[in-house]
Amino acid sequence: MFAPAVGPDLGQALAAFWHGSLGSPYAIVSATLVRATPLILTGLAVAIAFRAGVLNIGADGQFLAGATAAAVLGVALSGPTGHVPLRFLALSAALVGGTMLGAGWAGVAAWLRRRFGVLEVISTIMLNFIALEAVAYLVRGPLQEPSRVYPQTQALPSAMHLPRLVPGSRLHIGFALAVLAAVVAWWVLRSTAPGFRARVVGASPTAAASAGRIDVARVTLSAFLISGALAGLAGAVEVTGVTYALYDNISPGYGYTAIAVALLADLHPLGVIASGIFFGALEAGAAAMQRDAGVPAIVATVVEAGLVLAVLAAERGRIRFQASRA
Amino acid sequence: MPTAPAAAFLAATIRTATPLLFAALGETLTELAGVINVGLEGVVIAGAFGALVGAGAGGIAAGFVTAAAAGAALAVVFAVFAAVLRADQIIAGTAVTLLGLGATGALYEWRYGATGAALSIPTMSAAALPGLARLPLVGPALFDQPPVTYVGYALVPLLWWWTYRTHAGLALRAVGESPEAARAAGIDPRTVQCAAVAVAGVLGGIGGGTLVLAQVGTFAEGMSAGRGFIAIAIVALGRWNPAGAALAALLFGAASALQFLFQALDWRAPYQLFLAVPYALTLVGLALSSARRRGTAPAALGRTDL
Repeated sequence: MFAPAVGPDLGQALAAFWHGSLGSPYAIVSATLVRATPLILTGLAVAIAFRAGVLNIGADGQFLAGATAAAVLGVALSGPTGHVPLRFLALSAALVGGTMLGAGWAGVAAWLRRRFGVLEVISTIMLNFIALEAVAYLVRGPLQEPSRVYPQTQALPSAMHLPRLVPGSRLHIGFALAVLAAVVAWWVLRSTAPGFRARVVGASPTAAASAGRIDVARVTLSAFLISGALAGLAGAVEVTGVTYALYDNISPGYGYTAIAVALLADLHPLGVIASGIFFGALEAGAAAMQRDAGVPAIVATVVEAGLVLAVLAAERGRIRFQASRA
Repeated sequence: MPTAPAAAFLAATIRTATPLLFAALGETLTELAGVINVGLEGVVIAGAFGALVGAGAGGIAAGFVTAAAAGAALAVVFAVFAAVLRADQIIAGTAVTLLGLGATGALYEWRYGATGAALSIPTMSAAALPGLARLPLVGPALFDQPPVTYVGYALVPLLWWWTYRTHAGLALRAVGESPEAARAAGIDPRTVQCAAVAVAGVLGGIGGGTLVLAQVGTFAEGMSAGRGFIAIAIVALGRWNPAGAALAALLFGAASALQFLFQALDWRAPYQLFLAVPYALTLVGLALSSARRRGTAPAALGRTDL
């Protein structure tokens, strides 16, 4: 029944995986780290939300919102000849716009939870679908490129591309931004009062309200907005750093992979850098495996799922072991 | 409204609602037992792939059996993590969805090649119910459907009765409301939750199977297209009640069918916007029904400390 229609050679597949992910400095910098950038940012978005008890599964939709804003601003802020006055400010505006629209998209879910008690697990997933359809409409309607041939937005002029982090590679400064964001998130969560409040609310909202006199609703709203902002920034960085345009499948499910990234990092912001790079290598390698050895790249998704389940099992096993010795 | 578009609209409503109904009925049971299974999306796609494999080997009936089995198998993976190991249900569910989407995609490409070569299998033909199918307007839409749709109709009152009128149904709801009280009454919450998740896996698998065996006639990677997630929203929209879930599934089906109606009436509007309408309407419905506090979520939904 399951005689394979294509019979890829295992050695060939593994070689392709290695060469496409970690096998050369070029692969590491231009494939793995480029792929890791959106995963670190969306992984951070999920980690921060989960730490504060907000189950934001909507990073994908927030990513699309951010990507849309950056694609619009990137074109709007450049002149007809592609000349961009005040380039640094214009690029920053595109990134900030993406960040804000991402936060706004998450804000809808926050509002629905606060005002109507709608579970964010459900609302963020619905908002993902709405964002997908909205992008599909925009790139065929009001935002379609001028020749109206391809379902995508007008390509950004080169002045609106993020500068390279490593000259001659595909790696852009968005990666540095992602690492910086992780470090800041770690510091805020660990060493500041708002970070402390977020952790307390995540551990026990009732205890936070009664014993800690913490405004739980306010902390929850902040967590939603910051989470959405990071996912939106991921989208804006992807458009200005990698794709230079908005189109349908700009996110291959970053927002869902982000949950695996955050979990593998134990929801620790610094850990997200490492797990983001790990998943970046996995996906870059899988893409190379499909290209060069004909192995479906979707195998990476199975590996990701298996890793999450393994982490869950190990975690529960550890808790039981400790309980049995107590 | 002219009769033809109206009948087409109703038929499209039922067609869209049927797979959602199966998945949502199962998820209703799961959530009444205090477990939210975000892995339902993976269960539905597993059912769709199972249907393809089974129908290719032994026809439509075999397809439904393998669809149910594939859905149940994936649901059991979730049950082990959520109900036995007491891991976080959202994270375990997300992993199971990734597993379902990834494994079916990989198996499909491995077995049938990257292109899939337009694999097509015969679909279940419609069987008109004598008498009822002749009713004006609603007859053909509601009662000239594939038999699996009638199974869906029948399940709604059956599950409602089971949930609210039997001891087993009471035990299920007790576990979802207060596991401690259930345990005091001699009910093992974990066993009940595992059973509920597994039964929901069968139903979700049939939902995915319906897509392949009664509608599309083939499999495509990711063809569940969010139906499992939507079913979870439908459960909340239906206020954790089988009858409510049926109504919510119909509402969602009708919202999706609007695009066919507008096409038939030759109203020009971007169709992607219509594709977004059901999701937006679901959010509005959730907000309204939550605000009115008409039936609330099981008290122990999502709890890991049993």
